[in-house]
Amino acid sequence: MRHDFIDRFSRIDSPIHRIATSVKVLAAFIAVIGAIILPISFLWYFLFHGFILIVAAFVSRIPKLFLVKRLLLMEPFVLGISVLVLFQPGGIGTFINVVIKSTLCLSTMLLLSNTTPFSELLSFLKKLYIPGLLVTILALMYRYLFVLIDEAEKMQRARESRTFTRNNSQIWKTRAILIAQLFVRSTERAERIYLAMLARGWK
Amino acid sequence: MHIPDGFLDAKTIISTTVFSAVGFGTALHRLKNTILPRQIPLIGLTAAFIFVAQMLNFPVVAGTSGHLIGSVLIAVLLGPSAAVVVMTSVLIVQCFLFADGGVLALGANIFNMAIIGSFIGYSIFRIVSKIIPGRRGWFTAIIFAAWCSTVIASIFCAGELAWSGIVRWNAAFPVMANVHMLIGIGEGLITALVIAAVLKTRADLLDTDKLNGFNSRHRELIIYGAITAIGLLLFVSPFVSQWPDGLEKTAALLGFESKTLDYSLVSSPIFDYKLPGIGSPALATSLAGLIGAVIVFILAYMISKILVSKSDERIPT
Repeated sequence: MRHDFIDRFSRIDSPIHRIATSVKVLAAFIAVIGAIILPISFLWYFLFHGFILIVAAFVSRIPKLFLVKRLLLMEPFVLGISVLVLFQPGGIGTFINVVIKSTLCLSTMLLLSNTTPFSELLSFLKKLYIPGLLVTILALMYRYLFVLIDEAEKMQRARESRTFTRNNSQIWKTRAILIAQLFVRSTERAERIYLAMLARGWK
Repeated sequence: MHIPDGFLDAKTIISTTVFSAVGFGTALHRLKNTILPRQIPLIGLTAAFIFVAQMLNFPVVAGTSGHLIGSVLIAVLLGPSAAVVVMTSVLIVQCFLFADGGVLALGANIFNMAIIGSFIGYSIFRIVSKIIPGRRGWFTAIIFAAWCSTVIASIFCAGELAWSGIVRWNAAFPVMANVHMLIGIGEGLITALVIAAVLKTRADLLDTDKLNGFNSRHRELIIYGAITAIGLLLFVSPFVSQWPDGLEKTAALLGFESKTLDYSLVSSPIFDYKLPGIGSPALATSLAGLIGAVIVFILAYMISKILVSKSDERIPT
């Protein structure tokens, strides 16, 4: 099962990983708010923010290439909206401003999510009086995400090894069936999970 | 459509966060009261399912690909309140696991995609399936609702960007709306194909176990409707009222060069959508959108015929 490709590095050990979740989340939150509220003329803040991020990235022992790849994967979304800014009068200043701010926020969240296991984020949310039902749903979702990704891959592999057509309408049809089947299997799995939860005394 | 951090200002962040908290709270409350304990894992698994379904790409022309969004799919399969909760969970996990969509923009993203997408989509689905009877109307409603939910969510997104003062409405609205009018066609098709396939294998999933509908007192309907209306007033209407003004101005300037030239570069990939002779790109886009809606509706009605003949005889009501 290829279950750990999303947050593989959130469970390794490093000084950053060992910081309490609440401290990390609050720090990231304050840093993001600062980057959004402060005008770009507070250059020292943005330099400091960037510097802290780079130091944290090095201390965290996460492969740098992985972080850069993730950043490049998300950056097109930032640039996509920023391009709209570029075409309006006086847009270049705003463009640079927005790209710097978004990239800093994005990197902050990337580092947070890759140095904090999701389950710890959830237990932190629980302390914040987030409704229990939401935390339960998120926990179940996270747990079975990898199972379903695996299942979807298996079905897709089976399908590909049996069909040779590559025309688009065929792909659309088979992919729709795959998604429908995935939904059906998810509901069936949900029933089994419920029985298993009951058997273990869940209330 | 995930808005990253850095594009919204404080007033937009705060107002969208409040709206999405109210909308999500209503949905969760509704779910808590109607859900059977054995359906709690179903909601979690459905959220995981949507997350995975969004990763599966559908080939579109010229090497590009699109994917399912899923709010109308879940609204039809499990009901609107379940759809709001499922889509919100997906957005939260995308934000904290992938950094996809900003953490302060999470409220705006939940408001656009989970609440507006599910509520508008489900309402349109119900209205259209009432107007056109039978399963043909049912599939027409699904395709049209999925298209509308995608387009309207993108208009809200453009409105929030414009209200924050980062992107001009005249640039944000045409680009967002035009692109999502195309994406919406794909969303409508995939949603209908998936539901037809579910209907074929497990039709029972569609007519039982529904956490469905608005309740008898229509409380959810009023709350969702109210936040949608306030959102519309706040994010979209300030710009709408400028349209006639902008049109007058451009007409007075004898031609449209001064205003339209700046944006022609941006909207050029979808240029054939624009109607000639209309000055403001925003006005042209909204006219194109109205015509697009009619075309999509007719297309949906035609496609529904193919889907009906293939799917199960039974229609869930």
